[in-house]
Amino acid sequence: MAILEVQNIEKAFGSTKVLKGVSFNLEEGNVLSVIGSSGSGKTTLLRCINFLETADKGKITVDGDVIFDSESQSSLTQKEKREKQLKIGLVFQQFNLFPQYNVLDNVTLAMKLQAKERPDFKKNKKAIYAEIEEKALGILKKMGLSEKIKNYPCELSGGQQQRVSIARAMALEPKILFFDEPTSALDPELTGEILKVIRELAEENMTMVIVTHEMTFAKEVSDYIIFMDDGVIAEEGEAKSVIENPQSERLKAFLSKISD
Amino acid sequence: MFWTVTKSLLEGFGTTIEIFGLTLLLAIPLGLIISFGSMSKIPPVKWLVKTFVWIIRGTPLMLQLIAVYYGPGLIAASAEKLASQNGFIQWVAGWNSLSSFNAVIVAFVINYACYFSEIYRGGIESIPKGQYEACQVLGMTKSQAFFKVILLQVIKRIVPPMGNEVITLIKDTSLARIITVYEIIWAAQKFIKLDGLLWPLFYTAAFYLIFSGLVTLILGKIEKKMDYFKV
Repeated sequence: MAILEVQNIEKAFGSTKVLKGVSFNLEEGNVLSVIGSSGSGKTTLLRCINFLETADKGKITVDGDVIFDSESQSSLTQKEKREKQLKIGLVFQQFNLFPQYNVLDNVTLAMKLQAKERPDFKKNKKAIYAEIEEKALGILKKMGLSEKIKNYPCELSGGQQQRVSIARAMALEPKILFFDEPTSALDPELTGEILKVIRELAEENMTMVIVTHEMTFAKEVSDYIIFMDDGVIAEEGEAKSVIENPQSERLKAFLSKISD
Repeated sequence: MFWTVTKSLLEGFGTTIEIFGLTLLLAIPLGLIISFGSMSKIPPVKWLVKTFVWIIRGTPLMLQLIAVYYGPGLIAASAEKLASQNGFIQWVAGWNSLSSFNAVIVAFVINYACYFSEIYRGGIESIPKGQYEACQVLGMTKSQAFFKVILLQVIKRIVPPMGNEVITLIKDTSLARIITVYEIIWAAQKFIKLDGLLWPLFYTAAFYLIFSGLVTLILGKIEKKMDYFKV
């Protein structure tokens, strides 16, 4: 069974239809890249799956649990929504780190707030916080940020900030991690370090969906590629064949424009 | 004479500081409530609050002082004449007994809360949407997001404009004398009338300067405290 099932997502902003019925499945441990020119709807698709926009129509299932269904969405409580939200993680193009917290606190904040809801929180506060910090330190170490845990976001390079934001998302142990153009806000010489981190996550069989403009990277790291055009999936398939052997005229034109 | 004047001015300045302190204490939280009103998603609430803020910011504080102090009395007098039993009119008429000091506090708090509310609104609306979105995808509730993430960033942004208002407030307190509150300017003017001395009036400037200097230092400290991060 697919870990992510997206069925017939539609979304309009006013009278502009941005998504015109998008469906795809993703197997556990696979990496999916979503490519397409700006305005094709790929970021909106990502935002709909992550609850940052509410799709007008469609159904999204994660790991067998329906996290969104346009037919019955209104019946969810805020708490249920938050629980469903936590099944998936999102890394933003602009990092969106919390500027007033240092690196470690950025990673632990959400976990610490959630721990407050645990019944044994009052009794074991110290132990729980210690456990959370240990976990965060482990993830930060993996991201090569052990030296930076006490630094504030404004003291870090763009690449380091993006690695912190990946660590922050990973700390909540999402079933699927989404990336919204994770290297687009970075200087070209810094994109490499982010791509390396994503590649490592892929090797560990993290399920990921990446909206990206980095074609070479997409081809290399993903199992599957979706090419979006004008609100629909115009072409999809195995990563290598989509990039090397495009079928539709649209994709051919897009790829030649990108490689210029 | 110098000591007599100093003593008298200090006494008046005590009232000045009382007005200053009480106004800040009450207007800072009230401003937050008003700012939520002016950002409300319910149109009638939003427009009612915005109209109120427009009236308060659009008329002189001096006029508002007079309205708060003398208005209820005028209404009480005409209510008596008309023998009105209207509950609202009776309620306003009840304010007739407001002492001049309390009237000053009411007028100042309302006036400053409206200015503060606009500063808060500007601060809250200037926080990038991405901060809220990051909170949401990390599973925080709206109140966790506001208090743990957004608030401190707002505070950092509003300290400089709030500082401006606070410094203005120090000097605005001198308006209180028009409804017979014995603050420092009045204390100084007394010497013109009784002793024909003008210098005590200029001497008050020293009190204002020292106090606003102190406030400036404190504001600088607060700003410095939040220098460690950028928004």
